[in-house]
Amino acid sequence: MTIQKRPLFDPPIVMRAMRDAFVKLAPRHMLRNPVMFVVLVGSVLTTLVLARDVTAGHAGISFTLQISIWLWFTVIFANFAEAMAEGRGKAQADALRASRTQTHAKRLDASGNRNAPVDKLAFELTPAPSLRRGDLVLCTPGDVIPSDGEVAEGVASVDESAITGESAPVIRESGGDRSAVTGGTKVLSDYLVIRITANPGETFIDRMIALVEGATRQKTPNEIALTILLSGLTIIFLIAVVTLQPFATYSGGPVPIPVLIALLVCLIPTTIGGLLSAIGIAGMDRMIQQNVISMSGRAVEAAGDVNTLLLDKTGTITLGNRQAVEFMAMPGVEQSYVADRAQLASLADETPEGRSIVVLAKEKFGLRGRTLAEGNRAIADPAADRHDIPVQMEFVPFSASTRMSGINAGRLQLRKGAGDSVAAWVREQSGVVPPEMTIEIEKIARAGGTPLVVAECEHGAARVLGIIYLKDVVKGGMRERFDRLRAMGIRTVMITGDNPLTAAAIAQEAGVDDFLAEAKPEDKMALIKREQAGGKLVAMTGDGTNDAPALAQADVGVAMNSGTQAAKEAGNMIDLDSNPTKLIEVVEIGKQLLMTRGSLTTFSIANDVAKYFAIIPAMFVVTYPALQTLNIMRLHSPQSAILASVIFNALIIIALIPLALRGVRYRPASAAVILRRNLFIYGFGGLVVPFVGIKLIDMLLVVTRLV
Amino acid sequence: MTLNGWLQILFFSLCVLLIAKPLGLYLVRVYDGSMRWLRPVERAIYRMCGVDVEEDQHWTRYAAALLFFSAVSMLFTYLVLRLQAVLPLNPQHLAAIPDRQAFETSASFTTNTNWQSYSGEVAMSYLSQMTQLAFHNFMSAAVGMAAAVALIRGLARRSAGRLGNFYVDLVRGTLYVLLPASLILAFVLVQQGVIQNFKPYLAVNTLEGARQTIAMGPVASQETIKQLGTNGGGFFNANAAHPFENPTPWTNFWSVFMIFMIPSGLVYMFGRMVKNQRHAWAVWTAMFLLFFAGVTVVYWAEAKGNPIHAARGVDVVATESNPGGNMEGKEVRFGIANSALYATVTTDASCGCVNSMHDSFTPLGGLALLVNMQLGEVVFGGVGAGLYGIIVMIVLTVFIAGLMVGRTPEYLGKKIQAREIQMAMLYALVFPAAILTLTAISALIKPGLAGLNNAGPHGLSEILYAFTSTAANNGSAFAGLTGSTYYYNTALGLNTLIGRFMMIVPMLALGGFLSEKKIAPENAGTFPVTGPMFVLLLVGVIVVVSALTFFPALALGPIVEHLSMLAGRVF
Repeated sequence: MTIQKRPLFDPPIVMRAMRDAFVKLAPRHMLRNPVMFVVLVGSVLTTLVLARDVTAGHAGISFTLQISIWLWFTVIFANFAEAMAEGRGKAQADALRASRTQTHAKRLDASGNRNAPVDKLAFELTPAPSLRRGDLVLCTPGDVIPSDGEVAEGVASVDESAITGESAPVIRESGGDRSAVTGGTKVLSDYLVIRITANPGETFIDRMIALVEGATRQKTPNEIALTILLSGLTIIFLIAVVTLQPFATYSGGPVPIPVLIALLVCLIPTTIGGLLSAIGIAGMDRMIQQNVISMSGRAVEAAGDVNTLLLDKTGTITLGNRQAVEFMAMPGVEQSYVADRAQLASLADETPEGRSIVVLAKEKFGLRGRTLAEGNRAIADPAADRHDIPVQMEFVPFSASTRMSGINAGRLQLRKGAGDSVAAWVREQSGVVPPEMTIEIEKIARAGGTPLVVAECEHGAARVLGIIYLKDVVKGGMRERFDRLRAMGIRTVMITGDNPLTAAAIAQEAGVDDFLAEAKPEDKMALIKREQAGGKLVAMTGDGTNDAPALAQADVGVAMNSGTQAAKEAGNMIDLDSNPTKLIEVVEIGKQLLMTRGSLTTFSIANDVAKYFAIIPAMFVVTYPALQTLNIMRLHSPQSAILASVIFNALIIIALIPLALRGVRYRPASAAVILRRNLFIYGFGGLVVPFVGIKLIDMLLVVTRLV
Repeated sequence: MTLNGWLQILFFSLCVLLIAKPLGLYLVRVYDGSMRWLRPVERAIYRMCGVDVEEDQHWTRYAAALLFFSAVSMLFTYLVLRLQAVLPLNPQHLAAIPDRQAFETSASFTTNTNWQSYSGEVAMSYLSQMTQLAFHNFMSAAVGMAAAVALIRGLARRSAGRLGNFYVDLVRGTLYVLLPASLILAFVLVQQGVIQNFKPYLAVNTLEGARQTIAMGPVASQETIKQLGTNGGGFFNANAAHPFENPTPWTNFWSVFMIFMIPSGLVYMFGRMVKNQRHAWAVWTAMFLLFFAGVTVVYWAEAKGNPIHAARGVDVVATESNPGGNMEGKEVRFGIANSALYATVTTDASCGCVNSMHDSFTPLGGLALLVNMQLGEVVFGGVGAGLYGIIVMIVLTVFIAGLMVGRTPEYLGKKIQAREIQMAMLYALVFPAAILTLTAISALIKPGLAGLNNAGPHGLSEILYAFTSTAANNGSAFAGLTGSTYYYNTALGLNTLIGRFMMIVPMLALGGFLSEKKIAPENAGTFPVTGPMFVLLLVGVIVVVSALTFFPALALGPIVEHLSMLAGRVF
């Protein structure tokens, strides 16, 4: 999915939201939001009073008319806010739908033996929507993959930009962690036989459309709790206002119904009530802007609560692969010679470590990266062999039993690998292992590096040449990010398969709080469970099938889009960019979501103070002239005071829509600091702003002669 | 206001502060069962009542036991009051209490309200006073403490789901705390001249030659528990203004001190139980700030007096020989400072005993007393009730403010979610709903208006005060309202029951829900429940929530009365 960065008030979205604001007036929809439903009922009642007054020819219709108009506006503004938030998602969903073309799939006959190769020529063209789980389809270059599935056969490069926005093609192959393909992506080269894993309507794109559109949106636990609080406050104010009428009757005369309704609407928390669902939708939307698809709002919320972050070392904290950073020579060996031999031994080594050795040798000693053919000559040279006879060079691959790799080139043999195995190899050829080797190895290991020993055996004489210092390179800026997390009260735990010594050194360098060394999938699971038993919420990322149980167990499990189907199904979020460090942004968005809700609730409640000072004296100043003292804003007249409060109450919803959609400003800091800042802005601000706002509106009403 | 007055108030404050720790430590040991010096008695009681000491109750069981105990004891009291004429210990041959009044009185004493629509000395036999009213003075206080302890256990326990045993908590609170303390303090009062006898009333010839009946009775024993248990039901109609109940400034000090003693200790106990003493001190500070603000307003308003008096040439300035200010309805032996302190403490702590007539306070002073109660009786509050009340307010505070720091709100490691908010909101809702609805009905209907002594805003204040006082289980009266009518006996009696049990049940449910939760460890991202910021926030939420609820009603009552008084008009 190509994420378009849209301006907050994108004209087409605004147009659509304006229409939707009226559609949402349907009582069935309004009932979902108790606060705004009360306002709706109030608007209807006021309109009825207005109708009665008009037919009876009462005076003062202008006031009732204006009150009723602004009450309707209050409801519509709230609906507009929600529609705006949804509109952004809907626009994205439309873009997604457009990308989901109605393709025809080449369906293969999958009825035969599962393990037998299928006949790739016997396919029938089937419309994509009629594919079922378990069907086999063939995709050749240029084909759009018709539905989600797993590669059953073949290797191919696939363009997944429709989903990820990333234009570089990715490799998909059968078996392993890169076997999952997504419907809507395109095969660029080779062919794939795909076993469909999703029924129509359940595919990844279908789910994504539903999610961004908010069609399956359910209230999150926190939203439910807040709705209960707001409903409770609404009931309290309803009682306060309804019982005010008897008090008024006792004191001298009843208050007109529209005025009572105006007071009620001003008191109940309409600001947060009107913006609550918009805030939730906007939170999901911000996740999508970050290219993270959250399976539920609940997961977004849980992200804000996370106490412990489990991060895989490789790819998340470090650049993913160990890199050679230094060549160390044994006594009596030139450093450049070690580099040369190391490079040579690594020429055929396609692992990232091997390549980094070649690169380092080139950078430090100007040794060009030779091809195998050139390498042959290079070997030939110092060995005083004849130049013209190419030496048959044979690559010795790494194996778990030998724990070394290298080359055999005629009489020259080169080996690189773990210290003890290379030492054993040298001794086997009756060579001598210098004591310095063990010392250097120790040193490197303690510093968190991996020592690779290089040895040669030339003409039957074996010796240790030196050591390659391989190091996990920590990504730039990680320490700062972990500091930020620590400030938020989040503990980071690095998961690695390394031994504890190496793990500790990297943990130290990266600045994580803790590490889990020599971790097996079960250990990861056990760690999550242990943390959760202590009342903590755990977030983690994963992409492999063996990550799936842990992803499911974690409170926030972010699966990489490049990962397996199992991982994606186990997690409750999918990162389309497959960037594990994005977990940090996910946490921040979750926090921002909750903060926005809390801040606007505080703001909404604090507003009531000013409204009381405007409306209560206005209501009773005729009965008790002494109450004029409470009119501290010196509002023009009782009518202007009430009207100004209602107008302020409606306009503040519109004014806060950008804040609701963007979220309150978030800076990582401790809870105490954040609280102090937000309490000042939204609590104190909430007290002061309406005093100013109501006074200004009152003056405006007087100037425009509306009262 | 005088320096002497302030010094007395400060001395009182200091005593409340100093008692918190020793009493709190004692209370911890009482409720965890390690206090054993009355073990044989305790065991005998359990055996006699068939209490299974080992039973750890789910909140529903705890609430059911609490309700059952209260219902049975209320019914028993009702019967005794109805039958007192034929029962012993009735030397004055007092008649049976009428049925509505008996209902109201038994409800009122069971709920720790002690609203009295009768005059003790002309209505209650010694038997009714000692076995029923004094019994409830002990029991309703012990019930309140037990309920608070149950809620705290809910916070302190990890994934437990159990709140303790109601009957055990009830017995321990009575046996180890209330009984010994009342016994010791009763001697202090007797030494100061509070009477304690079973004599028939004395008939004496006064100096003026008139004949006067002087009421007698076992006063001191009832007086201590009435204060200690924040009950407030006086032996005599004049309550603590009566010289036999409260003869000297020293007894006056002990009276107010006894009111705040246990609530202050309970807050310290809370800190120990949840292992967060700094939080408990923050709560204590919030309570103290609210108390201090209250007493300042009342003292200031009363010392300033009525400007209309001043305008007519009445000396309202305090001098050596003249207390100045508004002395109407106040005892000269206490003066303005001690009356203001007493009135503030008694309305803060849901005690409801009085040493001056609240109806005669200036509108502003009366407003402060009303607000004290409308805060939900959380300013130290009734024994137990104040603590659980403020914990519910903290839950709401933590929820709103906790969201602002970007986390699902946590209180002492317990996540506050939908179920907890539901119960906390229910608790917060019942209180204003009962007060406002019943006040509104009474302001509309004839039987409601019939009992009023004053018209205008002051009349409204009187009705509002009566329903606030009963819902808050305070029991103090504005005294301008004739409460002994069929209508008011029924409405106020019901109101005490609503204000007690319809709040205790959701509160226990909250405790039960909290007890089931895990305790999340505290870290930098946790909303801080200690420090000045939290204190301020808590005070702010308590004030704003109750002010927003009651402001319209108050505006038409004491506020308009005050503003009118400034404009030279009284009602």
